[in-house]
Amino acid sequence: MLRYIAKRILMMIPVILGISLIVFSIIELSPGDPVSLMLGDGASAQAVAELREQMGLNDNFFVRYARYIGHAVTGDFGISYRNKVQVVNEIASRFPTTLTLTFWGVAISVLIGIPVGVISAIRQYTFIDAASLFSALILTSMPAFWLGLLLILLFSLKLGLLPATGVATMQHFLMPSVTLAAASMATIIRMTRSTMLEVIRQDYIRTAKAKGASAFRIVYKHALRNALLPVVTVIGLNFGTQLGGAIVIESVFAMPGIGTLMVAAVRTKDTPIVMAAVLFVALLASITNLIVDVLYAYIDPRLKSQFVKK
Amino acid sequence: MTEQQRKKTAYKKKSQLMSIWHRFKKNKLALFGLVVFAIMLFIAIFADFIVDYERDAISQHMTKRFMSPSAEHIFGTDGFGRDMFARIIFGARISIFVGVVTIALALAVGAVIGASAGYYGGYIDETLMRIMDVFLAIPQMILAIAIVAALGTGMVNILIALTVAQVPKFARIVRASILTVKTQDFIEAAKACGTSDSRIIARHIIPNAIGPIVVQATLNVATTILVIAALSFVGLGIQPPTPEWGSMMADAKSQMRYHEYLIIIPGLFIAFTVMALNLMGDGLRDALDPRLKN
Repeated sequence: MLRYIAKRILMMIPVILGISLIVFSIIELSPGDPVSLMLGDGASAQAVAELREQMGLNDNFFVRYARYIGHAVTGDFGISYRNKVQVVNEIASRFPTTLTLTFWGVAISVLIGIPVGVISAIRQYTFIDAASLFSALILTSMPAFWLGLLLILLFSLKLGLLPATGVATMQHFLMPSVTLAAASMATIIRMTRSTMLEVIRQDYIRTAKAKGASAFRIVYKHALRNALLPVVTVIGLNFGTQLGGAIVIESVFAMPGIGTLMVAAVRTKDTPIVMAAVLFVALLASITNLIVDVLYAYIDPRLKSQFVKK
Repeated sequence: MTEQQRKKTAYKKKSQLMSIWHRFKKNKLALFGLVVFAIMLFIAIFADFIVDYERDAISQHMTKRFMSPSAEHIFGTDGFGRDMFARIIFGARISIFVGVVTIALALAVGAVIGASAGYYGGYIDETLMRIMDVFLAIPQMILAIAIVAALGTGMVNILIALTVAQVPKFARIVRASILTVKTQDFIEAAKACGTSDSRIIARHIIPNAIGPIVVQATLNVATTILVIAALSFVGLGIQPPTPEWGSMMADAKSQMRYHEYLIIIPGLFIAFTVMALNLMGDGLRDALDPRLKN
């Protein structure tokens, strides 16, 4: 098992380097000169030339990329063009908000999505099934930010129950998390339902029924554990989408996270912030995929044994 | 020949496409999706005949700000006195156009990459797919934002950003479809006849592998429409005054306490368009699934 995890971590390194190369190239190709941005329009030609040299902008692409990676490994992502603070500090101060939001988003979508999917499957073609499939359809079709706005409209502006913006308390995270959870909850409901429907028809379920196991035990002990495998994959794959969604939802609820930071940095062309933010999010998505893969091996002992034999 | 037998042979003669359509239209929800999408498409194409772009959707009328829905302005007017109905109609054009073109481009590029990888296999496959994996590791929204950061906002740049973000998905689907078709006997036969590689891919493999690709394309137009709206909502997509559903909501956000229709109406249009595409995609998947054939 340890060897499997180690191997997966090693395999992540080229992916991370690839991501950084892509992002670095995209940003490099962009028009606009960071130096004139930093010094303003009134700067003298000499000052511009000096700063260019100082920042190493005159070196070629690969030298600059290598230097960026070299610094990034030590936690140095440069200095923001706009407010001259260390990028890594800026990211670090905003990271917890995004992570909390994403965590609750995933948690809510799993905690509601899986049971609803299970009930939908064991009560196939009933009203409950139709209702849950219909809600899943609505939830996948709504733009997440629109759902967020509607929630603000109802719970903050009309009823005055929940705060519309900010991150001060857990209450502030309730509406954003639900908003973020909606779309992936729909995917989980549909996925759980269809895999459960397949599993219920298997012979070992009939065996369990024949030996008189209770309905609860059959569903949760025999069926669900087998049905969960593909669902776990979907949850893992959704995590990246959730992070992307968090970026927009932070804007809706004015939360000081990586998303609002990234959007503001794109608007002001603050390249070091954009790069670091993209890298952080991509890194987080890769780590999650790794965790899901390891979890997968844990849930499905067949995979584990396959590896141990090698 | 009895009436029944005649019907039977007539049914057998139906083309592949007809029998798919036959199964598709049995699915009432999918048919509903098709009708809704057809209406949206009609609105998008003939927007100019319904309202005047400059007069109704762009020019500002300060005396007519924030008028609630009425007979004259059925969806009301926005904070600049522009008719919401006109802006919604031209918004349909933007969303559907960008959504469809993005997927068409991504499919074309993805198909070339996926087909080369799947057909040639080996070293080419490894290299191409590892590159695609790296792109896939970056969440779509984040990749799109990074490209917008580099190119700037605006319709063409959004189109490029979304296309690049979608290419890896299609490359993978096309590759997978091709791998399943590749090993079949008729490909072997075509090779034995000395058919060129490009002809085998274009004439023999793609028609047989196209089902799941069409389904995925339909569903991805839906997600792309959502991403355009989201990007525009945060101000990194289509820029005002161009009427785009997401940016219309961003404009109205500060006023939503008093004028909720400005938020509700554009959202409903996005949701309906996306739902129509999702229903169509699901319906197509069922219609194309050979297990359901009798």
